[in-house]
Amino acid sequence: MRSFEFLQAHSVEEALALLALPSTKALAGGTTLVDLMKLGVEAPARLVDIQALPLTEIAVTGETLRIGALASNSAVAADPSVRRLCPALCDALLSGASGQIRNAATMGGNLLQRTRCPFFRSHDWPCNKREPGSGCPAHEGADAHHAVLGTSDACLAVHPSDLAVALLALDAEIGIRAGHAARQVSLAAFYRLPGETPHLETIIGAGELITHIDVPITPLAATSRYLKLRGRASYEFASASVATALHCENGRVVELAVALGGLGTVPWRDRQAETLLIGGPLSEAVINRFCDALLAPARASAANAYKLALARGAIRRMLESASC
Amino acid sequence: MTVTATVNGQPVAITVDVRRTLLDLLREDLGLTGTKKGCDHGQCGACTVFVDGRRVLSCLKLAVTTSGQAVTTVEGLGTPDVLHPLQEAFMRYDAFQCGYCTSGQLMSALAVVADESLTTRDQIREAMSGNLCRCGAYQGIVEAIIEVKARSHAAGSEDATPDAIV
Repeated sequence: MRSFEFLQAHSVEEALALLALPSTKALAGGTTLVDLMKLGVEAPARLVDIQALPLTEIAVTGETLRIGALASNSAVAADPSVRRLCPALCDALLSGASGQIRNAATMGGNLLQRTRCPFFRSHDWPCNKREPGSGCPAHEGADAHHAVLGTSDACLAVHPSDLAVALLALDAEIGIRAGHAARQVSLAAFYRLPGETPHLETIIGAGELITHIDVPITPLAATSRYLKLRGRASYEFASASVATALHCENGRVVELAVALGGLGTVPWRDRQAETLLIGGPLSEAVINRFCDALLAPARASAANAYKLALARGAIRRMLESASC
Repeated sequence: MTVTATVNGQPVAITVDVRRTLLDLLREDLGLTGTKKGCDHGQCGACTVFVDGRRVLSCLKLAVTTSGQAVTTVEGLGTPDVLHPLQEAFMRYDAFQCGYCTSGQLMSALAVVADESLTTRDQIREAMSGNLCRCGAYQGIVEAIIEVKARSHAAGSEDATPDAIV
């Protein structure tokens, strides 16, 4: 591991000032960053320990559930308000990693975790995400774990977060501080498609810090659920996952949300396709039409085409088992 | 940098390289080799310890972030003369073969025994899923946890959790 200067921030303002310095990263739980620093994939000159910042609160204010960026995965998953208001969030968190990792990992860190693509994680291979312009071995032979949605000629890496998929279905917003300014960004706008710049994964810039996540409290959010499919029963990233929320009246769909994980270079949702399901009863035929539209942009190889069938099956299971 | 922490109830003050993990501090600087390095990348659970009452992976925790914290390792669980109920149950239920994952299994099991929301075999297995065992001693591990859970539920939680656990 390359050596670094280690600093501890005692206030958000202090953290922001330090994070604006070149080659500087924030250290929270460290469950992604320390791993990648050991691999030499991340090599910041400076680490700012932000674990003392007062950003751990989980609170309901009016119509919004606000979750501090430094709340641990465990604490959020165990919170009764989160379970009651947006159960998919709890289920997504509990499906990820292990008990030990969830105790240390934070909300912000979960959103910012990096792909598990083996080419990214090893200097033995070229990787456009790690070293722009160096190449992408996945294009010569995408394996079973590479993405089918949101890919580009430069990158096929899957985004690994379960939390992000649930937040996308829940129309969450991310609160970001920069200097004296604060802004909110929808989760849908938070992640960047790889395009020609796969090394740029989010809209966060230098000197900026995620401070909280806002989840709108709605009847739809209370119906939300998460299903994660993978080769092992536990402790593995998703082959395909889906967060769904469904609100029906008189047997007809009033509103819904369907977000996919394990398939895309970013968490995936198609609100246009969702309109196909609104206004009528749920039937196998209309669910199939929805899946056709949702997965139409997919580009799959022989090795990862199974993800499309898994996603269809997961969506059908979740929608058909919800009451409508 | 100097790390000042409490390890198994004893104060320690050590100067370490900023890149030192808690795992290496425990094993190399303190000679507490009970905690094992299995993968060093947070994928096997062999390095599981308690920090401020919660189980975490010591291989992914920088030692410099441990100042002011209380660490408990398997050495703080019990001694050969006074075994912790989990250690004794692991022996009776054949919950280890080579023993390499066992320290991590015991520390995770400690958290699972104390978690009253975990009541079924499936829930216990899921909660232990971050600790791999290549010898395949999983069934014995689960049976040991179930027995100690039942006893601690009957007798009160002081039976199963050492004082150092918050």
